[in-house]
Amino acid sequence: MIALQALIKRYQLASVLVLTLLLAVVLPLALDIFRLNLVGKYLTYAFVAVGLVMVWGYGGVLSLGQGVFFGLGGYAMAMFLKLEASDPITTKIQSTPGIPDFMDWNQLTALPALWVPFKSLSFTLFAVIAVPTLLAWIVSFAMFKRRVGGVYFAIITQAVALILTVLIIGQQGYTGGVNGMTDLKTVLGWDTRTDSAKYILYYLCVALLIASILLCRWIQTGKAGTLLLAMRDKEDRVRFSGYDVADFRIFTFCLAAALSGIGGALFSLQVGFMSPSFVGIVPSIEMVIFAAVGGRMSLVGAVYGTLLVNAGKTFFSESFPDLWLFLMAGLFIGVTMAFPMGLAGLWESHVVPWWAKRRRRDNKASQPIENAASPAPDTETKPARTVAGDLPLLTSLGDVSAQRAVPGSI
Amino acid sequence: MSSNTDFALAIEDLTVSFDGFKAIDALNLYIDRNELRAIIGPNGAGKTTLLDLICGRTKASAGSIKFKNTELTRMAEFKRVRLGIGRKFQTPSIYENLSVFQNLEVSFPKGRTVMGALAFKCNDEVKARVQVVAEDIFLADRLDLEAGLLSHGQKQWLEIGMLLMQSPELLLLDEPIAGMSARERDLTAELLQRICKNRAVIVIEHDMDFVKRIAHKVTVMHQGKILAEGPMAQVQADPKVIDVYLGH
Repeated sequence: MIALQALIKRYQLASVLVLTLLLAVVLPLALDIFRLNLVGKYLTYAFVAVGLVMVWGYGGVLSLGQGVFFGLGGYAMAMFLKLEASDPITTKIQSTPGIPDFMDWNQLTALPALWVPFKSLSFTLFAVIAVPTLLAWIVSFAMFKRRVGGVYFAIITQAVALILTVLIIGQQGYTGGVNGMTDLKTVLGWDTRTDSAKYILYYLCVALLIASILLCRWIQTGKAGTLLLAMRDKEDRVRFSGYDVADFRIFTFCLAAALSGIGGALFSLQVGFMSPSFVGIVPSIEMVIFAAVGGRMSLVGAVYGTLLVNAGKTFFSESFPDLWLFLMAGLFIGVTMAFPMGLAGLWESHVVPWWAKRRRRDNKASQPIENAASPAPDTETKPARTVAGDLPLLTSLGDVSAQRAVPGSI
Repeated sequence: MSSNTDFALAIEDLTVSFDGFKAIDALNLYIDRNELRAIIGPNGAGKTTLLDLICGRTKASAGSIKFKNTELTRMAEFKRVRLGIGRKFQTPSIYENLSVFQNLEVSFPKGRTVMGALAFKCNDEVKARVQVVAEDIFLADRLDLEAGLLSHGQKQWLEIGMLLMQSPELLLLDEPIAGMSARERDLTAELLQRICKNRAVIVIEHDMDFVKRIAHKVTVMHQGKILAEGPMAQVQADPKVIDVYLGH
């Protein structure tokens, strides 16, 4: 028990436990399956937001093209599902039965070679992670080894997002074009559209998300996490201490891409379709806003940010469809100006000290003698690392080496 | 390609030009093992540029830099560090948000690749090494303090300590006593004399009294060239040196 408590303290797992409880117990009890499925959809974006915490918050490199990796993972999964949904019997009215409907509409008469491996589920699961990671590696290797960073990197990632969208829309016969891939139904014969399947997929999504958060937390608390913060604030010092800064940035970017790919695959499974509208520049920037609202230094905060912004989006776009984009922009500006560390930052700077003060007062009132003998509970002191990164939000767009964190402002 | 030597560091015909301006001009410099060399010179003489060239922050236009007979000029910065070159910057460059202990721990020369860093454990060997270095740099009782809260002089020591963690064979120190009190200067002089054993040290410094105390040999630079070289007394008596530098 004590060992468990030490583990929770060391990796700051209390917040992860609360999140797990909320996602796995409270929400399923409180919401009907339609709403829960919607939450599951939002949680797939949270994978991207968690990756952004690593790349942007910790790594100091802003990517405005994470939708690319979300899309690649999503499309890989959608290709498998689409093939299974296009068996010769259901597609017998097509001129070429047994191929996806959009191929038939585009005068394709055989399954393209690129599609053939996606008949296998194990290959598909491999591709969900490998394809985004490989593309991320190519982009980041080319950029970071040449020490391209900051705004320039953000612009390149935007370009990649645009290129991929244009490619998907242009190659309609191979990708389903602007409509995307629709009518995804079964995984190895298991119908994903039933309520029980939706519950199972929701829990799969929650489990993988929590696992991703734990993986990232483990990286953050180790030497690699320390180095990421160090090279964000003092790049040259890290380089002249014998580290290849580019390698660490490449690793983090690939990690974020792999997580986004998993999120995308879960999206295709839960929502039942995939389209270019989740790949391009706009969704990519929306995902950055999720992370910013939640707090880009906080893995758990990023999940809350994603849920809140999307809940807001659903609510407002149902009631005031025209206003939503303005509200979103206002939210982003508001976060930047008022609380650059997001909700997690507000929590750290307001709720935690208030709680600590209250607890101290209560302790003093109830057991004055014991308190005098032992020092007050040490709730306010945190490892130096957690206060790192009080940069104004938008300076992260600028040169990384120019950033200087302000210590001790929390 | 220049021939091999017994020197720790052999610089030959080194030139770097920025848009035609030669910051370092056909410079030759040899540093012995176990030597503490001070480089002095007026502002703009090219002292910091010389250190930048040795550690790889600036790329040479021509010439050769050999460290233990290994050519450095085209080597990546982090590889030069792994070969045994440590560089302290002019303004203390430490990780302000990390504790003193973490600053030293991060500088420990294990787990330098991504996978190595993921698998890195702060074991007793690391802790012992941090303790030894912390005592060397007078910060043994400050290990848990956030580094940003140290005084300017202590930050200078910490950065030197971060280099010592890597047991470098060549230390490049750019103005190590800038912003230090008289007492801190004394301690630093003692520190430098202690750490120059079994390694070569190059110090850039403006404070003549300090240079006189620590340096085995002094090199005077002026306009990217070496003006004079030798023991401090001899250099100070050199009329050329008095003219361009000490006389002003």
